[in-house]
Amino acid sequence: MNRRTRAIAIGVSVLVVSIVAGLLVGPVHIAPGAALRWLISFGDQPPGMSDQQAAILGNLRLPRVIVAALVGASLSASGAAYQAVFRNPLADPYLLGAAAGAGLGATIAVVFGPSAAFAVTVPLAAFIGAVSGVGMAYGLGRSSLGGRSATSLILGGIAVASFLTAVQTFIQQQNAETLRQVYSWILGRLGTTGWDDARVALPSVAIAVTILWLVRRLLDVIEVGDLEAESLGLNVGRLRLVVVVAASLATAAAVSVAGLIGFVGIIVPHTVRLLAGSSYRQVLPLSVLFGAAFLILVDVVARTAVAPAEIPIGVITAFVGAPFFVLALRRSGRRAA
Amino acid sequence: MTALPDRNGRAVALDVEGLGVRLGGQEILCDVTFDVSAGSWVCAIGPNGAGKTTLLHAVAGLVPFEGRVDLWGRELGGYPRRARARLAALVPQQPVIPEGVTVQDYVLLGRTPHLGVLGTERRSDLVAVEQALDRLELVWAAERRLDTLSGGELQRVVLARALAQEAPLLLLDEPTTGLDLGHQIRVLELVDELRREHGLTVLSTMHDLTLAGRFADRFALLSQGRLVSKGSRTDVLDAAVILEHFGASVRVIGDGDIGWAVIPISERGGT
Repeated sequence: MNRRTRAIAIGVSVLVVSIVAGLLVGPVHIAPGAALRWLISFGDQPPGMSDQQAAILGNLRLPRVIVAALVGASLSASGAAYQAVFRNPLADPYLLGAAAGAGLGATIAVVFGPSAAFAVTVPLAAFIGAVSGVGMAYGLGRSSLGGRSATSLILGGIAVASFLTAVQTFIQQQNAETLRQVYSWILGRLGTTGWDDARVALPSVAIAVTILWLVRRLLDVIEVGDLEAESLGLNVGRLRLVVVVAASLATAAAVSVAGLIGFVGIIVPHTVRLLAGSSYRQVLPLSVLFGAAFLILVDVVARTAVAPAEIPIGVITAFVGAPFFVLALRRSGRRAA
Repeated sequence: MTALPDRNGRAVALDVEGLGVRLGGQEILCDVTFDVSAGSWVCAIGPNGAGKTTLLHAVAGLVPFEGRVDLWGRELGGYPRRARARLAALVPQQPVIPEGVTVQDYVLLGRTPHLGVLGTERRSDLVAVEQALDRLELVWAAERRLDTLSGGELQRVVLARALAQEAPLLLLDEPTTGLDLGHQIRVLELVDELRREHGLTVLSTMHDLTLAGRFADRFALLSQGRLVSKGSRTDVLDAAVILEHFGASVRVIGDGDIGWAVIPISERGGT
């Protein structure tokens, strides 16, 4: 087995293990054999499984595992693709104003929206905010900051993010009573997840991840810089646009169902590179597998570590991610030296 | 590809007429006209900032320009991007070396214009990569990472990528930058061999006029964005011309015992 197939095999195994863990771990014990039979029969209640156990699997744990997988895969694949098109190992999916836009959107929904409909309005507003944030950053980078280079887009992202965050802070200050709600959303959560969230996220994530998977080889080409990539016949501006659109779609979907979960888009692609080398032909599909597995496992920790309470999932990813971030920095620093 | 033959009966690979390039409001090239016969090696020389690199970029279709650039009798703008990249391969002066990439994966990038936009490499592409590595004696390094190679090895890897691109026109921007004397000569000899074996046409820029004079067939002297002289080395590499445009006093030694050379005359050292 060569390195490439081995890495894919490891990725698939880790994903399967994490799905099983996601289904089995929790306050109500469910026998592994019964859970497996339930899963492969698509939810037929096997003998010996109680109605309560079947309901917990079908209505709580499985949708939660699926949403965690979708969010993890989205953030990891988007992060990997951003690191390629912006030629920056520390780029993450929130680079171009997606986080600030989503934050503002969610804040507006919490402050001005009807509280009975938060479950619908907050994700929707976050999705619209994330997509608009990226759109503004891209437009600004292209029109005012001189072209479609990676740097002008990143600068556009910084300007837009600062502006949107300022607006968000202002609205929050004026409506201090909603701070707690907005804050808990920003920390990221999968706690209220049900099948609705999975249904909302699935189409965007599937489309976006498929697009990123299709362009994976071109991400290797863009690594040699805009000029050389153009000389190899690549339309660099168009590729960057396609990646930004796909990654924003995936990120917005992830943010809308799970809030802002940081660092996943950096941790996972870098781990994959250590395992399978730096070619995006492998990094991209492996980021999808490992990203899905990683977030399922983090969510298992989030809901069991201080049970019956839950730790916000964003807190755990940041807790693991920050030290990892430093390690990745040290590695890239050593190579550059 | 049909093209009008030049006066020696060889096809014209590259025909540049009235080429002008403005970048950021600055005029970089103005009214440059010359042609390159198929299978020949033309070297653009000139002082720093003369527009040599921009000339190569214009021919590769990487900067907007005025005037005409024809590749094999057809206007550059008439080629789709990837078709253009199948005709002209650029070796930049300072190639971007991506982090962590292996030699093999890097050379495979040369196959980009031969693949469908969303396609992946086929058997024939891997064979082309193997052949390029073999030709440049890099098979041993296939699995090595680029950042572990020396400058001379790296230059060969970049050439291997251009070779895998299988373009009949090779655009070499200062191919000897940063190499020691031995490696400079070996790289140029290699280019010359590849040119003969594969019938490649070469347009290069070079600073070392002695090496340029030994390897290239014809010369184009650029100064402040204009083509001020073109022709054989005896026409262009002339002491008076060099003094005027480079501001350097030289002696040009013809076919004496040491072969052909452009030797700087230092007022301090004396000759």
